Amino acid sequence: MPPFLFWFFALMTLGFGAGVIINRSPIGSALSLVLSFIGLSTLFLSLNAYFISVIQVLVYAGAVMVLFLFIIMLLDLRAEERRKINVVAFAGGAAVALALFVQVYRIIGALGAARQAFPPLRSGNTDDVRRVGLLLFANYNLPFQIVGVLVLVATIGVIVLSKRELR
Amino acid sequence: MVTLGDYLLVSGLLFTIGFAGVMLRRNIIIIFMSLELMLNAANLSLVAFSRFRVQPDGLPNYHAQVFVFFIITVAAAEVAVGLAIIVALYRARRTTHVEDIATLKF
Repeated sequence: MPPFLFWFFALMTLGFGAGVIINRSPIGSALSLVLSFIGLSTLFLSLNAYFISVIQVLVYAGAVMVLFLFIIMLLDLRAEERRKINVVAFAGGAAVALALFVQVYRIIGALGAARQAFPPLRSGNTDDVRRVGLLLFANYNLPFQIVGVLVLVATIGVIVLSKRELR
Repeated sequence: MVTLGDYLLVSGLLFTIGFAGVMLRRNIIIIFMSLELMLNAANLSLVAFSRFRVQPDGLPNYHAQVFVFFIITVAAAEVAVGLAIIVALYRARRTTHVEDIATLKF
């Protein structure tokens, strides 16, 4: 991927990601999140991770965001009215987030490998769905089944939680 | 030339945006979306390392991509349960504002 396309999609991911926390209406935040995830899936594409890129769009932009929008509209949330901002808490939160980023930045700066370009692959079009699938069912079979149980438990839990009266 | 550090920088910035959202916003649904941003920032750095560690046979290291697959699955389950909890909370308290939910606050 040419560098300007990388920076374009990186800025798209980060810009709409910032839009999520800046927007006052929850619907606007959810739509920014969809665009941010689409930018992110393009970055996965540029890293030759085609399978991850596709399931990113399917699972996040498809399933998860529909769920978010569904809940926002179900609860009928309006843009939140301006409350008095607790200045100390706001400044403290911003300072902690900034300190986190400075730390991450310095660690990346100290990492020698971070200045190297990506080594070339044998060929650009890898059969990565097959390779990930083989690894998943051969090396990671037990974790895969445990995740299956987790999803089942989550499904039952959601049904129990959404019942009108809890017993 | 795009280096590994550029991808890690984007990942770190995305994580910081998500973290700032959790720290600064007071709407519980926005906090939940910020959690998703942080999970995806971790996914981006995992995939970047997967592409960086090219194996001797000229292919990326797919173990990291399997890990990302698990993260996406668990995140989807987490969203479903979390949103059900938010709906139950809204039914009980008629609010999604975290400052109105202070029963357990010290």
